[in-house]
Amino acid sequence: MASIISIADLSKTYGSGRKALDGINLEIARGEIFALLGPNGAGKTTLISIICGIANATSGKVTVDGHDIVTDYRAARSMIGLVPQELHTDAFESVWDTVSFSRGLFGKPKNPAHIEKVLRDLSLWDRKDSKIMTLSGGMKRRVMIAKALSHEPQILFLDEPTAGVDVELRKGMWEVVRALQASGVTIILTTHYIEEAEEMADRVGVINNGEIILVEEKSALMQKLGKKRLKLHLSGKLAAIPDSLGGYDLSLGEDGQQLVYTYDTKSERTGITSLLSDVRAAGIKFHDLDTSQSSLEEIFVSLVREP
Amino acid sequence: MMNHRAVRAIYLFEMARTMRTLLQSVVSPVLSTSLYFVVFGAAIGSRITQIEGVSYGTFIVPGLVMLSILTQSISNASFGIYFPKFTGTIYELLSAPVSFFEVVLGYVGAAATKSIILGLIILATAGLFVPLHILHPVWMLSFLVLTSVTFSLFGFIIGIWADGFEKLQVIPLLVVTPLTFLGGSFYSISMLPPGWQTVALFNPVVYLISGFRWSFYEISDVGIGTSIGVTLGFLVACMAMVWWIFRTGYRLKS
Ligand SMILES: Nc1ncnc2c1ncn2[C@@H]1O[C@H](COP(=O)(O)OP(=O)(O)OP(=O)(O)O)[C@@H](O)[C@H]1O
Ligand SMILES: [Mg+2]
Repeated sequence: MASIISIADLSKTYGSGRKALDGINLEIARGEIFALLGPNGAGKTTLISIICGIANATSGKVTVDGHDIVTDYRAARSMIGLVPQELHTDAFESVWDTVSFSRGLFGKPKNPAHIEKVLRDLSLWDRKDSKIMTLSGGMKRRVMIAKALSHEPQILFLDEPTAGVDVELRKGMWEVVRALQASGVTIILTTHYIEEAEEMADRVGVINNGEIILVEEKSALMQKLGKKRLKLHLSGKLAAIPDSLGGYDLSLGEDGQQLVYTYDTKSERTGITSLLSDVRAAGIKFHDLDTSQSSLEEIFVSLVREP
Repeated sequence: MMNHRAVRAIYLFEMARTMRTLLQSVVSPVLSTSLYFVVFGAAIGSRITQIEGVSYGTFIVPGLVMLSILTQSISNASFGIYFPKFTGTIYELLSAPVSFFEVVLGYVGAAATKSIILGLIILATAGLFVPLHILHPVWMLSFLVLTSVTFSLFGFIIGIWADGFEKLQVIPLLVVTPLTFLGGSFYSISMLPPGWQTVALFNPVVYLISGFRWSFYEISDVGIGTSIGVTLGFLVACMAMVWWIFRTGYRLKS
């Protein structure tokens, strides 16, 4: 894996004594979309803040395309665009001005055509002359994305980018992200909408209590930890699960009209065949059946819950 | 290698902010200067006709200009850096490929520019009330620039130190304004009783006003060399302070 960001033994203790990151090791591959998942307070924002130069690490080392973020901050930072979690915008400046300002701040020569493209892609073009304070929250978030994209970064950090953005525009935003990836940009995002990680990411990292507890290809993760459910839609109602089926991981759903069997996709023998014959032997009739894969959300919740 | 585009971006951003608040930033100092002339110049001036050979109204002009420059430099620069801290937009500055020197150049440069322009406007306003003569225009401008830069730097430090709007006001209000009023804007130090003259020499503003007044009328409370020395000393102290702030991330980075 050719990594564009290397994080080694990174720890962070805030002045308050709160240990937010504890020995993080992580490699981000060039060109991937990496989703960082974790509950509130896990350390996602802290990790991003350190890489981007907003917070100081307590110990450890981070390099961005080989550039140390402390000793060679100029080279490292000029590659990175950051969209922070909180809405921080100017108030009195116009959208156009604030986005152009960002480009200048990152040392790039003026390029109105690029700014126009970014604003159009983010559906902000017709508001380009509006003062930022007259925009809605979702628009402000898009302005922050536009600022981050104004200087053509090779790495983009999106800290919960879709919070407060409506479904329609969210789709548009993901299109922008996909197009960026297609043009070679590496994207690291955090999100609380797990469907988004599931839909967007190539790899997923799970962070909890300042520690990375898992990094996996998304598909491998789903496979590795994924449980499947077999749902039998019963012809009649069932008051309780018969004793003869006590050996299976079964539950009743929908007022006894469904029998749900949970099984591990990892195991060689799923037990479906024997279950079905035992169900028939118990005299239970069903008219339909379907199977479903557990979502990333379920995987995630089970991971974080485990001690 | 310097990120000159970033310096430019910050400078122009700050100047645009100034232009938006032009009315408040120019009208109020001009108005207060005019009031000083009316109150001090007319009322007191009728009693004190001359100080060291110049009319009282003329005598107070350099002090008035300094008064405005000091307060404006501090309030502009402190607000300029405090506001992004307050709104959170400072994240962008911290994540940008800019050095502390470039950030300071942009912010302090803009604040100082505004002060210099303001100083000249006030000077012109004063010219409407009293006849002005400037014996050493180059020195006058040098003092104007040096003081604007120094106190903009000082304001920048206050803006970083402040973690609330009260703190932003407290130093200008409790320290700078009294020092300026007691710094000989409206009188010559030699008019004070001998004991207070010694006390006054501990007030750094005395040296600024004295030097500035010298460039107008060759009247000074202390030697011109001492004036320049004290001002430069303060400038260097502020620069060291700013350097330390950026090196440690004080009040900027957690
Ligand atoms: N400036 C700060 N000072 C002190 N503690 C902080 C600071 N910022 C974050 N923390 C603490 O560090 C821990 C990690 O916070 P962080 O913001 O990185 O979490 P997160 O994973 O981004 O959470 P969320 O999903 O809620 O955004 C939390 O316990 C938080 O309280
Ligand atoms: Mg966060």
